[in-house]
Amino acid sequence: MRYLLVEDAVELAESVKDLLRLGGHAVDWSASLAEARDCLGGASYDLILLDIALPDGDGRRFLSELRRQGNATPVIMMTARSAVSDRIDALDGGADDYLTKPFDPAELEARARAVLRRRGGAASSTRQLADLSFDPLTATLTVAGDPRELRNREMRLFEVLIGAPNCIFSKDQLCDRLFSFAESVTENAIEVYVARLRRKLEGSCVRIETVRGLGYRLTLP
Amino acid sequence: MTDPARGPGSLPRRLAAVGLGGSLQRKLIWQFLAAAALAAVTLFLAIRVTADRAAEAAQDSVLAAATLALSEGLLAEDDELDLDLPPTVLSMLSAMGEDQVFYRVVLQGRTVTGYENLALPAAIPTGGEPVFYKTSLNGTPVRAASLTRTILFDGAQTDVQFALAQTRHGQAAIADAIARRAGFLGIGFFVLAVPMSLLAARAILGPIGQVADGVSRRGPQDLRPVAERVPPELAPFIAALNGFIRRLRLAHSRTETFIAEAAHHIRTPLSAIRAEAEVALHEAGDDNIRTRLRRVIRSAEECSRSASQLMDHALVMSRSDREVRGPVELGALLDGLIASMRPTADLRELSLRWRRPDEPVVVLGDRLLLETALRNILDNAIKYSNPDDAIDLLLEVSGREASVSVLDRGRGIAKADLASLAPRFQRGENVRDIVGSGLGLTMVTEVSDSHDGRFRLEPREGGGTCAHFSLPLA
Repeated sequence: MRYLLVEDAVELAESVKDLLRLGGHAVDWSASLAEARDCLGGASYDLILLDIALPDGDGRRFLSELRRQGNATPVIMMTARSAVSDRIDALDGGADDYLTKPFDPAELEARARAVLRRRGGAASSTRQLADLSFDPLTATLTVAGDPRELRNREMRLFEVLIGAPNCIFSKDQLCDRLFSFAESVTENAIEVYVARLRRKLEGSCVRIETVRGLGYRLTLP
Repeated sequence: MTDPARGPGSLPRRLAAVGLGGSLQRKLIWQFLAAAALAAVTLFLAIRVTADRAAEAAQDSVLAAATLALSEGLLAEDDELDLDLPPTVLSMLSAMGEDQVFYRVVLQGRTVTGYENLALPAAIPTGGEPVFYKTSLNGTPVRAASLTRTILFDGAQTDVQFALAQTRHGQAAIADAIARRAGFLGIGFFVLAVPMSLLAARAILGPIGQVADGVSRRGPQDLRPVAERVPPELAPFIAALNGFIRRLRLAHSRTETFIAEAAHHIRTPLSAIRAEAEVALHEAGDDNIRTRLRRVIRSAEECSRSASQLMDHALVMSRSDREVRGPVELGALLDGLIASMRPTADLRELSLRWRRPDEPVVVLGDRLLLETALRNILDNAIKYSNPDDAIDLLLEVSGREASVSVLDRGRGIAKADLASLAPRFQRGENVRDIVGSGLGLTMVTEVSDSHDGRFRLEPREGGGTCAHFSLPLA
């Protein structure tokens, strides 16, 4: 997916950009509303991440201006301010969702997906691999024409594995992607989700292989 | 939970800490009673004296008439005196009762007839008018009248003194009877005065009680000035109280603004810390470093949660005493809330099930506060649920009350913790491993208090927790 990040705090913008890129997305960054207008003039985006307090104006005003001009790009607002009042303002002003800083990248990902699902999907989010296709937006896995719905963690686990087939991921790494750091989980918790995902993959030639002592990897025939 | 430790109910108990002087009510009652006793005694004495006087006056007029009649019964013929005691004298005097009557007639210093022992008044009366005086005869007190009549005796004008005396038993009996009645009257008056003074003292002190009641019934965050109508005598007290409330509110709002600002300034750099650490965690290969980065992220998470809750709390505190009330439709509010929380619940594979009545459920309240409270309840349920659980939300109307119930299958709340979770920064014993600030339930309780609602947590049958938040319907 292609993101436009409108955020004036440089360090934060840099790291959010890196995070989104790690998640496999393309990111353009503007540090002001003027730059954001330039970007929107030259390209189309799947999603805009918009800060509220920007040096040259209020993100909420920018959003309503955007909507008036007929630009329907989904927008997720980000703010460091009081959660509830800003949330109501932002949603009333035409935002699709709202995030309070600092946010969990997994939550951003989840909210972005929810927004896109509500909006009827981004251009093409489906990935093909051997005899299966995977749509992270609808969390569907199609094995030889048979669609199977993945639950949230199965989907995220599969997303990590399909991002680098044949690459070994340690339990530790997978835990970091699946669980929030606020929860306390044991590494063995990952086994539950691997087992579930294996069941969903039944009938496909794509398999999750256990590499003893190292972790898991997705193998193709 | 429904009766928080800082609720209005604990106010009278706290009075014990105030240095108590003499009770105004007791003082007032004593003063009223003393005045009533004095009035009763005065009444008694006044009646008694008046009765004495009246009895004496009655006796005097009888004595005067009798003396006059006696004097007219004296006939002088040359050198002979003839006293013919007229029967009217005796009949008049016998009207007074069982009293004895004495008389004495004195001519030129010599007792002509009657009791020589009966004293004449100190000043010999002149001019035919009787003079009244008290004296005693053979040790018995008597009332006497005396008059002087000039007669022609032995060829010369001669003064004759007549004295007529009567014992005072009849008069004393009348006076005693009247005095007894006066005594009863006085006692009756005093007895009536006791409840009257109690009532009067209560009526006078009533406004003080009303003000105290009004102030003590307030919610803990209610810092509006006292607006009760009070008598002018209480006005300085109310003015001082309102001045104090104003200063308290100012201090309060400064603190809240400061907290909100501080939380705001913490968040942006915190976001950068967290995001940087996440990126680093992706890139790091060394287990040791990964563990440390995880700790950084967890701490950042903890810090940001606290900042959020401090800000929410500041919002709740600053708004709960302000009247920002309007109709709020709980169904729509919860719809929006659930939509915004669903991605968070999805991340933990929790399903949110939600049931509401078809018709709108409208309460009167502050939408922001209600949403904050409900979000905190739902947030708790999500935080403490185990993966794959379901959380049930119910909006119901029963009688004049709307209630939102949030039921989870989480680790539940220990019975011992139920009452102690409302104060700030208190957390349950069994949730130390999950990030939280301990402000959530405080906020919920404060919002419910400021909306005349109720909030309670109960262990759920079969494990988990039930949170009930109810509000009066608009």
